[in-house]
Amino acid sequence: MGWFVPDGRCVMLASFLGCRVFPPQEEYRIAVRSVSPSVKIFTLAADLEYHCSSSSQLMYFFLFSSPSEEILSVLMPHLTDLTKSDCIWQRICWRLVECVPERWMEAVVLGFVQRAPGADVLSRLLGNLVVKNKKAQFVVTQKMLLLQYGYTTAVLQNLLGYLSLDSLRRALLIKVLHELLETWGSSSAVKHSPVEQQQYISKAILICLSHLKEPEIESCRQELLTSMMEGVKCHLDSSLPQIRRLGMIVAESISSKVNTDGPVLQFQVKVTVKFLSAVWGTEGIQSFIQLPKDSLPLWANSCLYFVYSDDDLIPYDMSEDKELKKTKAPMYIRDCIEVLTGSEDLDKWEEAVKALESLVRRNPAAAREVSVELAKILLHLEEKTCLEGFAELRQKAQVAVLTTDPIPVAQYLTSQFYSLNYSLRQRMDILDVLVLAAQELSCAKGHGKTKHSGAQNPRIQLLPESGSSKDWRRIVDERIKSKTRRFAKTQVEQPSGPNEFNSLAGHFFFPLIQNFDRPLSTFDLLGEDHFVLGRLVHTLAVLMYLAVNTMAVTAMGKALLEFVWALRFHTDSYVRQGLLSCVSSILLSVPAEHLLQDVTEELLETRSWLEDVVEKDPDGDCRRLALQNLLLMENLKKKLETAPS
Amino acid sequence: MAQPPPDPRFVLRGTGAAVHALRFSCGGEEPAVPILFSGSENGFIHVWNLKTHRVDATLDGHGRKSVYWLETMDSKDRLLSQGRDQRICLWDLAEGRTAVMDSVFTENVGFCRSSLLKVAQGRWLMAMAAKTLEEVQVLELPSKTSVCTLKPEMGAKLGMPMCLKLWQGSCGSQPSLLAGYEDGSVLLWNLSTGKVLSQLICHQEPVMSLDFDSERAKGISGSSEKVLSIWSLNEQQNLQAQKTHRLVNAGISDITIRPDKKILATAGWDHRIRIFGWKKLKPLAVLDYHTATVHSVSFSDHKSPSDRLLAAGAKDHRISIWSIYTQT
Repeated sequence: MGWFVPDGRCVMLASFLGCRVFPPQEEYRIAVRSVSPSVKIFTLAADLEYHCSSSSQLMYFFLFSSPSEEILSVLMPHLTDLTKSDCIWQRICWRLVECVPERWMEAVVLGFVQRAPGADVLSRLLGNLVVKNKKAQFVVTQKMLLLQYGYTTAVLQNLLGYLSLDSLRRALLIKVLHELLETWGSSSAVKHSPVEQQQYISKAILICLSHLKEPEIESCRQELLTSMMEGVKCHLDSSLPQIRRLGMIVAESISSKVNTDGPVLQFQVKVTVKFLSAVWGTEGIQSFIQLPKDSLPLWANSCLYFVYSDDDLIPYDMSEDKELKKTKAPMYIRDCIEVLTGSEDLDKWEEAVKALESLVRRNPAAAREVSVELAKILLHLEEKTCLEGFAELRQKAQVAVLTTDPIPVAQYLTSQFYSLNYSLRQRMDILDVLVLAAQELSCAKGHGKTKHSGAQNPRIQLLPESGSSKDWRRIVDERIKSKTRRFAKTQVEQPSGPNEFNSLAGHFFFPLIQNFDRPLSTFDLLGEDHFVLGRLVHTLAVLMYLAVNTMAVTAMGKALLEFVWALRFHTDSYVRQGLLSCVSSILLSVPAEHLLQDVTEELLETRSWLEDVVEKDPDGDCRRLALQNLLLMENLKKKLETAPS
Repeated sequence: MAQPPPDPRFVLRGTGAAVHALRFSCGGEEPAVPILFSGSENGFIHVWNLKTHRVDATLDGHGRKSVYWLETMDSKDRLLSQGRDQRICLWDLAEGRTAVMDSVFTENVGFCRSSLLKVAQGRWLMAMAAKTLEEVQVLELPSKTSVCTLKPEMGAKLGMPMCLKLWQGSCGSQPSLLAGYEDGSVLLWNLSTGKVLSQLICHQEPVMSLDFDSERAKGISGSSEKVLSIWSLNEQQNLQAQKTHRLVNAGISDITIRPDKKILATAGWDHRIRIFGWKKLKPLAVLDYHTATVHSVSFSDHKSPSDRLLAAGAKDHRISIWSIYTQT
């Protein structure tokens, strides 16, 4: 039988299995099964520690010498079953893990945390290991949460649930929460750590919060609030919308937990329900947060007949069925100007705002007479009544004015961009209007992009994205795809036509790029207003892109490259993304021959900078954009080499 | 894609006052002339000849007080009219006469249009708002005997009845009354017991008008708000809300379902007549002709479907006649 010489038997097994490399799973099963009865016998002998240590060496020998997936896939279900109801087996398991040698402790703990089917199972298997063993504590509370960020939500839930299940471990939970909040709130972490890590930490904070009980919240209420306030500030300062949203979500959650009675912080941030339900529920999380598409209520009768598929009765056109208006819309532009500048009648004011864009477009000659005045009025126009879609109406009117009389209005707008006493919102409006008008004027025939693609967006929060990086990357990708595929065939040039933006590109572009380094008392692009700098850089990228086939494109390219060079080490990742987009548009718009003749040294310098970015930049989007730019450069070179000179 | 809405077939002018009530009588045999009766705010009832588009006769029986309900009994020779002089008059119009045969003094100063139902040959039931605020009285005609008085229970706070509809299920079953009240609820009354069978709050504002399709046991009501409410009657005689339809502009003065139950028309305060499919309330057309509130809409009772007409009377003194969806 051998139960008086249990050690010998175990040792024999160890040496037998140790000499095989990756023995098949079957042998593991045999090994485990035969260990278990031996361990059982050890309990009877009541000499737990000695025997446990030898069998734990056996088990961890397996773990160490072979892929732990295989061992754990056999071991975990076994241990889970064994410890389910039997306290003795639980204690044995705890002792086993306590006796694991230091150098294997990390692998063991990681493996258990990742594979356990739930926090309660983990609690049964590990017991208070984290309290007793320093290494295990470090792995669980520091390494898995703060130093690594690749684990799934289920693992986070296991880990934090495990910490919350026992009173001894709860002290660790609170400590973990404080450390997570400290990291979350540190401004350097927000600026420099990758977005994925920040999401991971936010998830961990939300899960911790869900485990906290009332008395614990009471005791650390003050610290929670302080860290929340600091953290929110750093997050809202960021230029990346995902970081801002993360900050808002976490702050809202902390506030609702801490202030159960009384006013709660609310940002009205819209998040997919999946994110929050998964953090507090049991499903997996989607790793990015989206704004749901805005859906218009289907009040209008004219929409409804698409929805029903009723009888054979065909509806008539009901598009004229609108709300009954009491005042009439103004018919002349000068009337509109009068109403917008002077009138106290709010109905008339609303009608004027609604009617302005179509009036300007229908009467270009009349609009040209008063274009600068209109631009001034629209720039300073503030919302007087609660008009739906006011921001969009105003923007459309501004674009209409700019496209009708481009040169004077562009001069006016670009000079105002750098003037005193405008709000950041107004400066960004100027940039948006310039981009939208440039898109419309350039017609973008040669690039296959539709007009007004940026102007469709009704939501204020989404205006920063419109026309800038999102569309951007798609087009660059398309161009890269279209260029990289063909090696054997002749290159098919995209059909291009004369660009109406031709004479105007310079008027839009150069004034914007001139004064960026001159700080004013209320506006400092290189200092605190780096969000506007980011937007300016994206705007310049789009203007550059739209200037393809114009006369000024080479001069613009040179100026832009110098601008990029001056700013290339900017700390804000949104600005860096913009700079890389600028480089893309330069490479795409400036004809290759000009690039290589006039701009050679700058190109080489840029290339070495791009290589640097690909390797070292912390932001994933920046790295991707830099890589695309390098590919574009390669293709340009190849194109010139193969083309007949 | 979709065609623009049709124009009116023709427009009847000459009432001289806002038109509040309309009733067609076109079911007669040839060579009978199709007739449209219209009641105006100046107390006159005009008898329009739909072939010549002119007034054949003018009836003056309500002391220059507004006429707000018209109903024919069997044929165009007998007409009931209700006016704000608190009277319901029965006119004898056969052979060119224009005499009031009989009248009922309702003592009601409200605006509630009465409702008529033929229960047997030569016997009708008429429901009308009674003297006391919340009551509805049902009379048998032509005997003018009271069948019942429907009084809501104490503290019901329904306000005055705004619109009435008498109906009968299949032949032989008991007639019932649907009444819309000032507080926005619709009540179903059992006439034999005089008790409420079911009550449903359809609107937040007074129910201005309702109509009911006894075949499908489905009804529709409109109010001064922007919502049309569709409700149904189940086997236990309970009213259940089915759905609501939101309108662009608030206020409905009249709703009527075409006799073939295919479409319905609403008269709106926004000067527009809206046509919907009755089965699923699919919006079909918006007829924009009038320049003031449309008070009344009515479908004709032509025997031949292709002759069917829709009439709308508005505050701008005009009656527009439309020919719409006549192919089905």
